[in-house]
Amino acid sequence: MPAGYSPLERARRRQTVLTIVALIVLALAALALYQFAWVTGSWSYTMNLRARQVGALVVAGVSVGVSSVVFQTIAGSRILTPGVMGFDALYVLVNTFVVFLFGSATFMTLSVAQLAVVNTAALTLFGVLLFRGLFRRHSRNLLVLVLIGIVMGALFASLSSFASRLLSPDDYLSLQSALFASFNTVDATLLAVVAVITLMGCAMLVPVLRHLDAIDLGFEGAICLGVPYHRVVSWCLLVVTALVATATALVGPITFLGLVVANLARQLLRTHRHRPLVVGSAAIGVVSTVIGQLVVARLLNQSTPLAVVVNVIGGIYFLALVMRTVRL
Amino acid sequence: MIELSGVTKTYDGQAVLTEVDVTIPRGRLTALVGPNGAGKSTLFGIASRLIVADAGHVTVDDLDIARARNEEVARRLAVLRQDNTLAARLSVADLVRFGRFPHSKGRLTADDHRIVAAAIAELELEPFRDRFLDQLSGGQRQRAFIAMVLAQDTDYVLLDEPLNNLDLRHSVQMMRRLRSLVDDHAKTIALVLHDVNFASAHADHIVALRDGIVVAQGPPEQIITPEVLSEVYEVDVSVLDHDGQRVAVYFR
Repeated sequence: MPAGYSPLERARRRQTVLTIVALIVLALAALALYQFAWVTGSWSYTMNLRARQVGALVVAGVSVGVSSVVFQTIAGSRILTPGVMGFDALYVLVNTFVVFLFGSATFMTLSVAQLAVVNTAALTLFGVLLFRGLFRRHSRNLLVLVLIGIVMGALFASLSSFASRLLSPDDYLSLQSALFASFNTVDATLLAVVAVITLMGCAMLVPVLRHLDAIDLGFEGAICLGVPYHRVVSWCLLVVTALVATATALVGPITFLGLVVANLARQLLRTHRHRPLVVGSAAIGVVSTVIGQLVVARLLNQSTPLAVVVNVIGGIYFLALVMRTVRL
Repeated sequence: MIELSGVTKTYDGQAVLTEVDVTIPRGRLTALVGPNGAGKSTLFGIASRLIVADAGHVTVDDLDIARARNEEVARRLAVLRQDNTLAARLSVADLVRFGRFPHSKGRLTADDHRIVAAAIAELELEPFRDRFLDQLSGGQRQRAFIAMVLAQDTDYVLLDEPLNNLDLRHSVQMMRRLRSLVDDHAKTIALVLHDVNFASAHADHIVALRDGIVVAQGPPEQIITPEVLSEVYEVDVSVLDHDGQRVAVYFR
């Protein structure tokens, strides 16, 4: 630790590092529990299936954790996450329209990997265009952004359901299987492609993490310190949309997961620096998806989807946050 | 020298600044004064590149701030804004370290740490250096932000109402400190001041603004006069001489 930090600051920093280590250990423990406990059928079959599921949970957890913390910073608010702003609903919409426009025939000729890449690219393009404009116009007004996000989430969801009614039953089925890449079987190729996209996304964030620290000072504060604000924000939006796509492709849309994960990370790590925040948030993301899925699979016997469980808890948390920030 | 020429800004069809030409001379302390709504903060925002002017341009020495790279401007020009609300929870030391961002991009060297410590000491913030900003009084917070601006260590410093929230003692100390930065460290400082008497006592150059137009600019002897101040503020002002200090009196 270089000079220039007081003993109290050193202690705070040590605490942050220890918390991250503890979170990673917890994540690994949860993964081991998921992988090895409660095996009933064939050992090798179960191990193979669960390894793919564990992979999917890790990738989704990391994507959600990282994208949410970064999004909170560029949105300048702790209650705005990609989920709250309707990003994952947008993913479903984009997919539905791809099927709607090209039909399932085209859809089927694409490999899983190609499809994942096409989807991610389409979502990223559309997401960046949409949300960049929005940020520039309303970046000062938090309530407007929250409202727009919720309206857009609902709009995207109803547009998707409308478009899916217009599909033929065959198209509809192939859409469903493409969308909610049935977590119970997890396609190995899909997982590999999505993992690569996620890794690339995280790597792209590394050079801007220190800029993000300064962006926490707000638009004007960051400009005064010479941060290329618009460039960094656009870059981060690009990565965030890609990460949302990968997470959604694996576990489906879970609106409030990111909100809970990112805020927990900020609360537990007690730092404004993004290097530890992003790592900690990724670990918390993994812990929550794995424990959530454990509860769903082992305790609730798959009777309730993960998204429902998370959204009940997350939705209450979101309300509490909004009430506290806004004091209605 | 910072030069604003032909600067015009309109909000919703209402002219806030009309063809303003202002020169902030190098190595001087320049005060920007004027009544509420005169356009001081807008002019300040344009000079510090936070607001884009509809017309006209701003140069810092040879640098056109609209064209130059933002980080290059940040190494020449530090800015204290009026609104300093933060999303992040920062300690005083965290905040002051951000002043070094234009130089070290967040990777602080031993030199950076030395400058940060000096800025904290300069503003008497050592007892609070590990406190979070939301645990400080308004005046302590204001000093923390000024320490960040000092840590940026630029030739030019722009301050929008730096005396906000400061009591008499701290206001006088602050003005003396700024004075010594100009006299002993060859900095160029421009600030928005609410109190003309502080401008009179400490500034080398005063720019008086009203209704988005420069009414007068020049040395204090020329601006702190009953005629000019009455025209700028639209109240009756008399000016007294107190041991060579010109004091404006307008309270009754």
